[in-house]
Amino acid sequence: MELVIAITLGVLTTTGVYLILRARTFSVVLGLTLLSHGVNLFLFSMGRLTTASPAVIGLVENYTDPLPQALVLTAIVISFSMTAFVVVLALKAAVELRSDHVDGEDPNEDRQ
Amino acid sequence: MNHLMIMPIVIPLLTGAFLLVMYRYNIGRQRSLSIGSTLLLVIFAVWAILQAGVSDYTLYRLGNWQPPFGIVLVLDRLSAIMLLLTALLSLFCVLYASRGSDREGSHFHALLQFQLMGINGAFLTGDLFNLFVFFEVLLIASYALLLHGGGRARSRAGLHYVVINLAGSALFLLALGILYGLTGTLNMADLARVIATAPEADLPLLKAASLLLMVVFGIKAALLPLLFWLPRAYSAASAPVAALFAIMTKVGFYAMVRVFLVVFGLDEGSPANDTVLAWLWPMALITLSLGGIGVLGASSLRTLTAYMVIVSVGILLATMSRNDEQLLAASLFYLLHSTCMTAVFFLLADLIGRYRENGYDRFSVISPLSHRWILGTVFLVAAVSMASLPPFSGFVSKAWILQSSSTLPDYLWLWAPILISGLLIIAALSRAGSGWFWRPEELADKAAPALDGARTATVCVMIAISFSLAIFAQPVMDYLEAAARLIYEPSGYVEAVLGDYVGQSREVTE
Repeated sequence: MELVIAITLGVLTTTGVYLILRARTFSVVLGLTLLSHGVNLFLFSMGRLTTASPAVIGLVENYTDPLPQALVLTAIVISFSMTAFVVVLALKAAVELRSDHVDGEDPNEDRQ
Repeated sequence: MNHLMIMPIVIPLLTGAFLLVMYRYNIGRQRSLSIGSTLLLVIFAVWAILQAGVSDYTLYRLGNWQPPFGIVLVLDRLSAIMLLLTALLSLFCVLYASRGSDREGSHFHALLQFQLMGINGAFLTGDLFNLFVFFEVLLIASYALLLHGGGRARSRAGLHYVVINLAGSALFLLALGILYGLTGTLNMADLARVIATAPEADLPLLKAASLLLMVVFGIKAALLPLLFWLPRAYSAASAPVAALFAIMTKVGFYAMVRVFLVVFGLDEGSPANDTVLAWLWPMALITLSLGGIGVLGASSLRTLTAYMVIVSVGILLATMSRNDEQLLAASLFYLLHSTCMTAVFFLLADLIGRYRENGYDRFSVISPLSHRWILGTVFLVAAVSMASLPPFSGFVSKAWILQSSSTLPDYLWLWAPILISGLLIIAALSRAGSGWFWRPEELADKAAPALDGARTATVCVMIAISFSLAIFAQPVMDYLEAAARLIYEPSGYVEAVLGDYVGQSREVTE
């Protein structure tokens, strides 16, 4: 399971970072979403990876640490709302600036 | 337990929520609510200053949960100073905005209150994850405030600002995840205790976490490779918003002081801390130099002020990274001065721009100006204060920084950029002033709009505060020295927050 999680984290983060560095706002927003998924998964795995142990005391002998789950919940809510905000902002910028380039204008536009 | 302590968070939260619900209120009522709330914040901040002067640490356990299990708010001298600075600054911003800038878009006052809630929370909290949450609160309010008024420049600057801060939030969570995975706690005092006794094998990961945190706080504070969002964002924001943002970079500075000097600083010569400070020192110096160059090259007063913010960040972080108690106290004094004066200049750019016939605050346009004598005098006094000439607080703070750094072995590295950037600021401001007030004609009286007394008075009072900081320098310096001494005694912080808990856990292990 550690290997699967590690590979997933790596893929999410790599694609996230790659997309954030793209020039169009849509891919940047996608990149931020993937990165935040990666971060949430990472936070979750910081409570150590175990199977068949719920975060409840008394049910089983080895219960999971509930705190990372609470942290992930908070982080998901925040990143979700931030994504919604950045989508609207990107749309607003694309309409106002008539370009979906992150700088508001395509630096190569004049050459074409 | 004293419930007054949570008021700086609760008051703006309730006011902001109420203003959102009652957004159909006429603007006059919204303004008086907002001004009333910030006045209350000033009163509570004064109480916080007095309280922190009496007892070193005041705790507030949310929901009465015992730390480190519950979230705890900690009030010490440093947070009290930051609270008072925020409250005063926001009061002036609200007063200035109430003269009309708040009408350019909706919900200005509600957003401002939420922003204050986030800032005050970040200064008070004693929990690292809670710090992240308050950062997000202040950030999302600041995104909306930056866009307040609309327009192409704001959308463009806002997009950069939002994206870089979202990436920063992701890194913050990664750092928190690493720290929690290693230590099993996020309470700052408990974290300090565990990090001080961390086994050798954990050091690389601790270093990684602290460097990640440095990047995160570096984005907030505008440290060199991460500062390019700042000039555009600050010069695009409307004047009162930009003035309020003068405190935002200082939130990053505060977080660095709190996390690196207190949380990572308990262990004498802690390796994780040394790595961060070794990185900070050169980067802060380059930030400072770059700010100086930017000041000289700026094309409008707002951009110039944005670069002056960068200069102040460079000075603050460079002095902090030398890890010296006296120097930290001196840089706190400089923090008070620079926050106040950069805010003044953001407001002044708007004020003067209104009375220029065209060009607003751009230097390239020579334009007739009305009320040349009054505005010129205010600008001159503000420029003298900003350029750290006597008799203003800037002079006291810089003299103190230079004096207390003179004992360090590599003090010339600090002195040279500070003095040269000061010279560049003088050159840029005198060029701006002479271009604006000497060269153009006085605008004919008939065409000139009447001088807005309230706006001018707000700016004058802020300059007067900077002046009185110099007059009452001795008590302020004593207070700041006490604040810096507390920062350099992290064991006192841990003791105050954890108290019984540490004793109990010792008994169990024995």
